Amino acid sequence: MLNPQLTKDGRLRHLLTLDGLPKAILTEILDIAAPFTEVAEREVKKLPLLRGKSVFNVFFENSTRTRTTFEIAAKRLSADVINLNVSTSSTSKGETLLDTVDNLCAMGADMFVMRHASSGAPYLLAQHLRNTGRDHISVVNAGDGRHAHPTQGLLDMYTIRHYKQDFTRLTVAIVGDVLHSRVARSEIAALTTLGVPEVRVIAPKTLLPTDVERMGVRVFHNMEEGLKGVDVVMMLRLQNERMSGALLPSSGEYFKFYGLTEEKLALAAKDAIVLHPGPMNRGVEIDSAVADGDHAVILPQVTFGIAVRMAVMSMLAAGN
Amino acid sequence: MKIQIANGRVIDPANQIDAQQDVFIEGGKIVALGCAPDGFAAEKIIDAKGLIVAPGLVDLSARLREPGFEYRATLESEMQAAMAGGITSLACPPDTDPVLDEPGLVEMLCFRAKKLHCAHVYPVGALTNKLEGKRITEMAELVEAGCVAFSQVNTPVVDTNVLLRAMQYAATFGFRVWLQPIDPYLGKGGVAHDGEVASRMGLTGIPVEAETVALETYLTLARMTGVKLHITRISSAAALNAIERARAGGLDVTCDVAAHHLHLSDMDIGFFNPQCYVVPPLRSQRDRSALRAGLASGKINAVCSDHTPVDDDGKQMPFAEAEPGMTGLETLLPLVIKWAQEDKVSLPDALARVTASAASIMGITKGGHLGVGARADVVIFDAEAEQVLTREALKSQGKNTPFLGMPLPGVVKHTLVEGRVMFG
Repeated sequence: MLNPQLTKDGRLRHLLTLDGLPKAILTEILDIAAPFTEVAEREVKKLPLLRGKSVFNVFFENSTRTRTTFEIAAKRLSADVINLNVSTSSTSKGETLLDTVDNLCAMGADMFVMRHASSGAPYLLAQHLRNTGRDHISVVNAGDGRHAHPTQGLLDMYTIRHYKQDFTRLTVAIVGDVLHSRVARSEIAALTTLGVPEVRVIAPKTLLPTDVERMGVRVFHNMEEGLKGVDVVMMLRLQNERMSGALLPSSGEYFKFYGLTEEKLALAAKDAIVLHPGPMNRGVEIDSAVADGDHAVILPQVTFGIAVRMAVMSMLAAGN
Repeated sequence: MKIQIANGRVIDPANQIDAQQDVFIEGGKIVALGCAPDGFAAEKIIDAKGLIVAPGLVDLSARLREPGFEYRATLESEMQAAMAGGITSLACPPDTDPVLDEPGLVEMLCFRAKKLHCAHVYPVGALTNKLEGKRITEMAELVEAGCVAFSQVNTPVVDTNVLLRAMQYAATFGFRVWLQPIDPYLGKGGVAHDGEVASRMGLTGIPVEAETVALETYLTLARMTGVKLHITRISSAAALNAIERARAGGLDVTCDVAAHHLHLSDMDIGFFNPQCYVVPPLRSQRDRSALRAGLASGKINAVCSDHTPVDDDGKQMPFAEAEPGMTGLETLLPLVIKWAQEDKVSLPDALARVTASAASIMGITKGGHLGVGARADVVIFDAEAEQVLTREALKSQGKNTPFLGMPLPGVVKHTLVEGRVMFG
């Protein structure tokens, strides 16, 4: 079976997942992103790499932050950006995903940035483009169900590399709702590919997927033990609807055992950094003192996110 | 018409025949094997040299999509598919719209099917009204209308007291109850085997325990009620072990497996291929091996197509939103032969699982064998030849199968139903 996100000669055709993406491509994206971080500091914050191209942000699931950063990234590359919140328009009228896409192709799309609540939806799109002879259109997965959020994973890797340089000397802990998290899956894939010797996940059993250790991680249920000596703490967002029911009894109990506080963070390495994909639930998964403290690199993550998305889009535009 | 099927290798597992001999048909029945009866003058001779002559296959589950889902398939299209697949008797599950819970609906289905003179259709009635698991159906009247068994298909009865009473009632009349082991809560909303593959892909998992927890309940209630229980579509090694334990304890229970579960595992989902979304889910490679071995040893009594035609619109969706199911009438025989070839199971043993055993689970005596006096339902096929499965060649309205493009062994040359050549 051909990997749908790579061309026959191994270049990036779409960005659908980080799982199975070669280390060389991951590194290439991070390298290309580096000079883009400076664009924001220029007086004219624009490069002509995507001039004349139309980027369609198709969001079947609500999002403000991710959509906005994609929009900024595309605009800095001089693309025309069209934003569509499909969750509130076509599908409620019964139109299928592929019908929507066909319409957008007819409007001249060159690139789709897609978010969808169903795992694997961008694969369907990529397959459809191929079956209909529209291979020149690329797809960027902006989050699909619980499966993947590759640009988030990449910007996290960029952030880690920025502060820690060498992946092969790090211990990284991912804390929280791994079960429902596409971010966690992309982070695990990228960290293990980039050679991080120890990736830990810390969560109660109810928030871990079956056979998670088969993804190459060490499992901890006790947060104090799991944080010992780690260089990077990657927090995950806990969604409100998980907080009472069969998975967790209450947000209070969750915070007590799995919330990141200054006391717990003190167990990590002295120069540990704390990441969070946002939006944060202060007092649920992370204490304000940590979120606003010296170890947090949460706002730089957002800035780097734009550069990484510019890198991905420019590589796809150049490749196709 | 008087037909002589000449020079073929006749395999009739029910009568333990595996020999080169001729088959003689008259008045829609088998009248002799080997030597022609006195004064038999064949009006048609079918040369079966180099081919296998076997009883037409008996399929324990084929959705014909009527009534209610005619846009997915019709009786006409699926009957053609059955003929092309060498299937001459089939049971159709009650998950139609409306559900097969009324004698009138069953009679209508039987009437419509009979008019087409293709495969014999044996409806399976709903165990409870509308499959809602609340009120038991008029089972005795449904049997008079033509039902051979009662089932809940993929909608388990939540209230175990209703299930107990339904089994007791069925046991009163000696009716067969066919149950799919699905726990109503474990794995709810799941679309794939709960394991490494589903975890990586972010697909909601269905644990093996969703099958075994329900199965243990069914087995316990079957012991209590003495009902004739048949477990449909087992998907895991653990389920087979549970059935074996119950048998060791003296319970008489049969089970079957879907043909695709012999060949596919959760790994085949690949890059979210919705053609591999089925109920029960494709499980691990270890489970698949156990199912193959279980079928070979006879611990699994039969194999069926679990034919479920789905139109393209129903499959061109993100994995979890797609319609589950696989078209199967035309791949049943090839997949059984493929399994037999790969696992060195003899052809007579393999064919027994889709003829005699299946007929016995269904409780039919006139089909599934080639004994003198039986219905002349015959399939003649080339077991050695391979054929690439193509969308165009499929007669079923459902083209939904991950086996498209694969070379499969077993090419059907002729299918006869009651002495009439309906295919080839």
